[in-house]
This record gives sequence, structure tokens and C-alpha cells, in this order.
Amino acid sequence: MIRSITRIFFAEWRKLRRPTLLLGTLGAVSFFSVLVSSVLFLMIDSPQGNGDRGVQITREMLSLSSGATQSFSSIGGLLGIIALCVFAAQTAQEYSLGTLRNLLVRQPGRIRILVGKLASMKTFAMLMTLVSAIISIGVSYALAGGKNVSTELWFNADGRLEIAKTLLNVFLSILGFGIIGMVLGIVLRSPISSISLGVLWLLIIENIVGALKSSTLNWLPGNQLSIIATGGSPNVSYSHALSLSAIYVSVALVIATVLFTKRDVSN
Amino acid sequence: MSKLAISVDDLSKKYGTGLAVSHAKFEVPLGTICGFVGPNGAGKTTTIRMLLGLISPTGGKGEILGEPITSPDKYLSSVGAMIEGPAFYPALSGAENLRVLATLGGFPQERVDQLLKQVGLAERGKSKYKTYSLGMKQRLGIAAALLPNPKLLILDEPTNGLDPEGIQEIRQLLRTLADNGTTVFVSSHLLSELELISEYLVMLRKGEVVFAGPIQELFDQQQPFMIVKTEREADLQRIIEIAQNAGHKAHKRDGTAHIEGPAEWAGVLNKLAFESGVLITQLSPQVPNLEETFFEMTGDQK
Repeated sequence: MIRSITRIFFAEWRKLRRPTLLLGTLGAVSFFSVLVSSVLFLMIDSPQGNGDRGVQITREMLSLSSGATQSFSSIGGLLGIIALCVFAAQTAQEYSLGTLRNLLVRQPGRIRILVGKLASMKTFAMLMTLVSAIISIGVSYALAGGKNVSTELWFNADGRLEIAKTLLNVFLSILGFGIIGMVLGIVLRSPISSISLGVLWLLIIENIVGALKSSTLNWLPGNQLSIIATGGSPNVSYSHALSLSAIYVSVALVIATVLFTKRDVSN
Repeated sequence: MSKLAISVDDLSKKYGTGLAVSHAKFEVPLGTICGFVGPNGAGKTTTIRMLLGLISPTGGKGEILGEPITSPDKYLSSVGAMIEGPAFYPALSGAENLRVLATLGGFPQERVDQLLKQVGLAERGKSKYKTYSLGMKQRLGIAAALLPNPKLLILDEPTNGLDPEGIQEIRQLLRTLADNGTTVFVSSHLLSELELISEYLVMLRKGEVVFAGPIQELFDQQQPFMIVKTEREADLQRIIEIAQNAGHKAHKRDGTAHIEGPAEWAGVLNKLAFESGVLITQLSPQVPNLEETFFEMTGDQK
């Protein structure tokens, strides 16, 4: 069992490591990491705000031990959308290209395939998190001096703990988004449909619903996953977001597992 | 160990109200090449998918290499398959595509280069799959099917898109594999090709098995026939009537008359036609071949 899952894991990585996908994804991750970190520091004195949705993040806030990860944590949602697209495309393409039948002939254990795929994508999400952390913390550190933001507390014991906590939170958030993408890929069996639906829901529907009735932000899945990355928000606690996200992801995984294992592979 | 590579009994697959495969029963002995034929939509691919555990039968049972088809993990490590044409990742090279499958199945990576060479893709192994011609894709599909060094090779239309030389190479490859003990179960529309290599045949029509057994047994059931052309096409009906009056089955096809009967009767027919004022311009006695037999048994007209 473990041996076959390991084989699936490495087989998946042969697909994930292709330059267009790997460098393309890491390029997008780097771009957003640089962009968000730069906006945070370069617009620190802007009256329009330097954070998400016009929020003002002051020098004092950035000088705290959590200052190093301030930009990194707010990138979580964007990284999540990238992960959703990658995971959805990687899963749905097995149906649209017809390659799932090859995989199942070589490895008929469908649960093993799903576990192996999930494991490989987890490491892919981990890589995305690490790259984003290094770039956003690096850019923040480079820009902090020029904007009179003290970095004294960033790398002391508390600062290092903050970095570790944020790394874990962003990773969990990206993974959650990624799993939702994977489930959409299995359910819809088309990369375009699954990516479109996922992005439409996260970027448009959730925002419209949240703007019309702010209380819905307490339970909308995309918002919960983004809140995990930031370690909680003034309106939604970290533990609430984490437990609700765990329920969403678990239900989605159960649906995906049942569909993946029981559905005929007829394309 | 079972002496059968494939054995299915009462195997059925229902989609909605229609039966894609209806109570199929056939056996394929180990070490043979078995052709699997039927018109489009006859249920060939559905049957193959059931044999490979990709879709679940709605009735009946089957065994592959002595293991039930409900437990594909017990036999698929000894089975190679290409179903409904090759399917690979377009952005990966041919070799990398094979490596994905070799890693997945736990086969040695050296086998990839060996197989690329065997199917004539050694020089294009590093090219992306999306740059391959249809014939090259087909060859890669066959290489993927050969990865496990299979005891049973199941191929669905392996010669699609291949040029005559490629078809001949595949024929030779299948023959060599069978000579080395691999059972080959191959579906194809190239009936003349199948006739050249198959010892066994399974014929489907509208989801039902209309023949399963040694190919010679099928031919033995068929009558020799002759193809007749007349000076005027309108006279064909007269020829058919003459044959039918003499107790021979006859029908019109593609501007000719097909008349069942031994070659010796050709002279008699010619004489009877002449006496009726019909001028025969072509009279060719034929022995039954797979194509004729196929059309005869499946009711398909060319």
C-alpha cells in the first residue's frame, strides 16, 4: 500500500515538475509575493491604505514581531486561487485527456491514486508556500529600512515563532484551496469548467454575497480559507475559520472519493 | 493456473434502458491472438473497459488470467492495454510519458528506452507528445501497453493512423509477442489484417456475441460464393432470380450480385445467364474471408 502510494507520488511529480507548470506557478507566486509586499511598504503613507480592501497597516504594526510575515499572510488568498487552478487542472486533465484510464490500468487502487495525488500536491503547495515566504519576507526586509520600519523584532524568538505560525497557516490555507480545486476537477472532469467555477465563486460570488450581507463572510468557504492564512480576522476567529474549513474540505473530499472510486471511467 | 487468458460469462453492461453489452460469453485461450470485431457501437470498447476494471458490469462475470474482473489489482500487473486510442500528457515528451507510467507501475526505467526503440520512436522519444503524428502517438500507446511485459495484451484499434509499413510492423510485433507466449486480444476495423494474424475471433453485434471461437471454425461455417457483374446493371436482378431458382442464396451488393455456391457452379450460372439473354462481364468465385463473413454475420453493408 505505502509502496504503491509512493510510486503514485513520484509519478505525479514527473508531471508537476515540468518547466511550464512548475516555473509558471512559481513565477505567479513570486509576482504576487513581490507585488503585495511592495504595496504594503511603498504605500505605507498612502491615504488609500496599503492593505487588503484599503486597510491601513501602520509602521508601528509592521515593526512588531509579526511584521516580517504581514505581507506573506495577506497573500494567502491569492496563493490559494493559484493552488486551486493548478490542483483543478491537474486532476481534471486526467479525464479530459483520457489519461486516467492509463493510470487506472497501471494502478487499479483508486483510493491509492487519490491519496498519492493528494500527497504530491501537498508537497507542491508546500513549495509554493516556501517560495512565497522567502520572497515576501525578503522584499519586506529590503523595503523596511527605506520606509523607517524597524525590523528589530522580526527575527527574534517571537518573530521566528510568528514566521513558523504564518508558514503553517498559509500552507493550510493553500492546501484547503487546492483540495477544493481537486474536488472540482473530479466532479466536473474538465479543467476549464473546474477552474472557471472555482475562480468565479471565490473572486466574484463570495465578494458579492459578502458585500450584500456581511454576516455571510462568517461561513463562506473561500473567506474562511483566506482567514486561516492571516491567522484570524476581527470578525472571524482563527479557530472558527479552521474548524469550518476542515468541515468543508472533509465533505468535499468524501464526495470526491466516492465519485472517483465508484464512477465508471468511460472517457 | 487457468488455461484461459480471458473468460466471460453472461457479461452485461446497461446504460439507462439500453444494453451496451448483452450477456456476452466467450473465452480466449492463453498464447493466442484473438481478434475482436464488430461494427461501431457494438460494445467492443465497453467490453474491454469492463475487462480492465474501468467500468463495472451490471451483470455476469468474467476472469482475466484466472482472476475475477471484480479484482483488477490481482491481474493488471500482467496486462498491457491501449484503449480507444493513445492518451498521454501533451506537454511531456514521449519518453517522459512512459516514465510516468513506469514509475506508477514500478517497472524499471530502462524499459522505457528499450520500448521506444522497439516501436521505432527512439529518435523522437525526447520530443513533446503534442508534436507527434497520429502514427507516432499510436506507437507510443503500444509501447505503454508493453511496459509490464504483459502476459495479456489488450489493444483497441492499434493500427489507427499507421501507414502500411507501420501496420505490417505492428502485425509482426504482435506475432512475435504471441510466439513468445503473450496472449493478444486486439480489436480492429482492418479485418484483412486481423485475418492474417488471428487464430481466435470474437464477433459482436449490437452488444451480443455472434461468434466466438477459432477463426477457421467461422470460415468452415461459411459457404463459398461468387461475385457477378453484368453488362447492364439492370440485369443483376435477373441473375439473382436465376441463382435463387437454382436453390442458391443471392443478393445485390455494391453493383454486383453475390451468389452462394461452389466455384464449379460458375459455369452453370454462366450458361443459364446466356440462355436468358444476360451477358456476364465478370464472374469471380471467392472463398469466404473475414470481411465478407463479418458483413454477413453483423448484417452490415459496405
